[in-house]
Amino acid sequence: MAVAEEIRASSETLLDRKATRRPANLGQIIRWTILFLGGILMVMPIAFMISTSLKWPHEVYNLNLIPEEPTLDNYRYVLEDGRFYWWFLNSLIIATITTLSNVFFDSLIGYTLCKFRFPGRYIVFIAILSTLMIPTEMLVIPWYLMSQQFGWLDTYWGIMFPGLMTAFGTFLMKQFFETVPDDFIEAARIDGLNEFQIWWTVAMPLVRPALAALAIFVFLGNWTAFIWPLIVTNSTEHYTLPVGLSSFGDEADVAWELIMTGAAISTLPTLIVFLIFQRFIIRGVVMAGLKG
Amino acid sequence: MRLYRNLSIRQKQIVWAWTFLSLPVLFYVVIRFYPTGNAIVISFQDWNLLGDRTWAGLENYRKLVADPVFWKVFGNTFQYLLIGTPISLVISFVIAYHLDRVRFAHGFMRMLYFLPFMTSAVAMAWVWRWFYQPVPIGLFNNFLASMGIPQVKFLASTTNALPAILAPAVWAGLGFQIIIFMAGLRAIPPSYYEAARIDGVSWWTVLWEITIPLLKPTIVFIVVFSSIGFLRIFDTVFNMTSTNPGGPLNSTKPLVLMIYQTAFTSFDMGYAAAQTVVLFLVLLVVSLLQLWILRDK
Repeated sequence: MAVAEEIRASSETLLDRKATRRPANLGQIIRWTILFLGGILMVMPIAFMISTSLKWPHEVYNLNLIPEEPTLDNYRYVLEDGRFYWWFLNSLIIATITTLSNVFFDSLIGYTLCKFRFPGRYIVFIAILSTLMIPTEMLVIPWYLMSQQFGWLDTYWGIMFPGLMTAFGTFLMKQFFETVPDDFIEAARIDGLNEFQIWWTVAMPLVRPALAALAIFVFLGNWTAFIWPLIVTNSTEHYTLPVGLSSFGDEADVAWELIMTGAAISTLPTLIVFLIFQRFIIRGVVMAGLKG
Repeated sequence: MRLYRNLSIRQKQIVWAWTFLSLPVLFYVVIRFYPTGNAIVISFQDWNLLGDRTWAGLENYRKLVADPVFWKVFGNTFQYLLIGTPISLVISFVIAYHLDRVRFAHGFMRMLYFLPFMTSAVAMAWVWRWFYQPVPIGLFNNFLASMGIPQVKFLASTTNALPAILAPAVWAGLGFQIIIFMAGLRAIPPSYYEAARIDGVSWWTVLWEITIPLLKPTIVFIVVFSSIGFLRIFDTVFNMTSTNPGGPLNSTKPLVLMIYQTAFTSFDMGYAAAQTVVLFLVLLVVSLLQLWILRDK
């Protein structure tokens, strides 16, 4: 429906432009049509996931995209099972806390490295930079041993601790604090604010778009993280959504429409957030991608 | 407190800076540097998690070189890289190039292409796994059957499984690369294009002489970023082949999956650590090589 309206509205502007400016040539129309079909193809896997999660078992293997009799039965079944509740909650808690921690610490480190002059600054900078070269996979074995030693296996803390700060976020924030004029900080210092207050009340509000970009990246990364939560958890109630979905799919008697329902449950939250904040998120991704 | 008051402004700054950095420095030392060193140390040891850690010298590395599975896995990892990176680079550039010239419903189209990036790799691996099933289950084979085309074995074949697993990985990454390419295209000053138009240069020449050379930093970023992603592929492979991870016959197994199995299925920690050191070196060499090849001349 929205698509049809979008096309109608836009075709009117196109016709309008035709009258005033150069005519929409055939090449333009072909380009648009091919891109549109490509775009539809791109979202097909997501569309089929959602459509299948709304189908009755007898219809699942048909090729139709729109269910003949849509049903929420699969969702009811999966939620009554109870585990997805836990997994959803675990993922939400872990992704939220990790995001808050990154927003706080990455910007604190970035700010300190950007605005302070102190002995050791360069070494700290290079040291943090060098961790970008180390792949997570190299650290999972030592992290596992550490978790085993300290009793962090199968706990929220165990899932979260490796991601509480990231070098990527630190550099993103450092880049953005460069744009904060030193005069502002100087003025706040003269006004008698201490350094923590200056950072929190003067500098932080000025880099809000960057904080949002960082938050989006960290949240998405932790919401979809798989290998470490897979290693560190071993009881069903501590699984995150991806780990839970993976084990759910492996159960011998699970029907495909239920797996699609589980997949939809773990994908829809980020998709909905994206659809609401689309412009903002794309800008954030570009910012993080190019500056980070 | 009096001590603090007597400090000069510069000294106060030093105190504040190290106060701010105290927790982060502790974090980076304990959670990043110590484990890195530890991984390297373990790679020279023999350890099954229960018994004692004993020094093994280069034994783990020797075993790795002599292990046919490792070379198979090494080859697979590079197949993911060498097929995945160029394909996703070309497709995302072509789409971004044309999408940039579309005015009409531009935001809507961009959304369609970006949407897969917001999904979770695990969820999408299961969706694609379902697509690939034989009749009467899988979408693709049902579609082929309805057109009267013979069935294709996707995940059950040793030759088709790797590309079949690569497809969703490429698909999910396209949106990000398209957006980055479009930002790069926007950053090219329009005056270059105007000059070219006045000179009456063909669009093909404009593309090769202006657009692509000026996009070089963007291309370097995307190549390095997506290469690292393909070299570390795991979620998609693990979930699409979880009944026999990396199968059939190890034909889809990437290095990270081998590490996971060695460490957490066979509990051969020393051997697994040696594999992670190899992964680290591969990532390092590939990134440096790309930066060197694509450097500014």
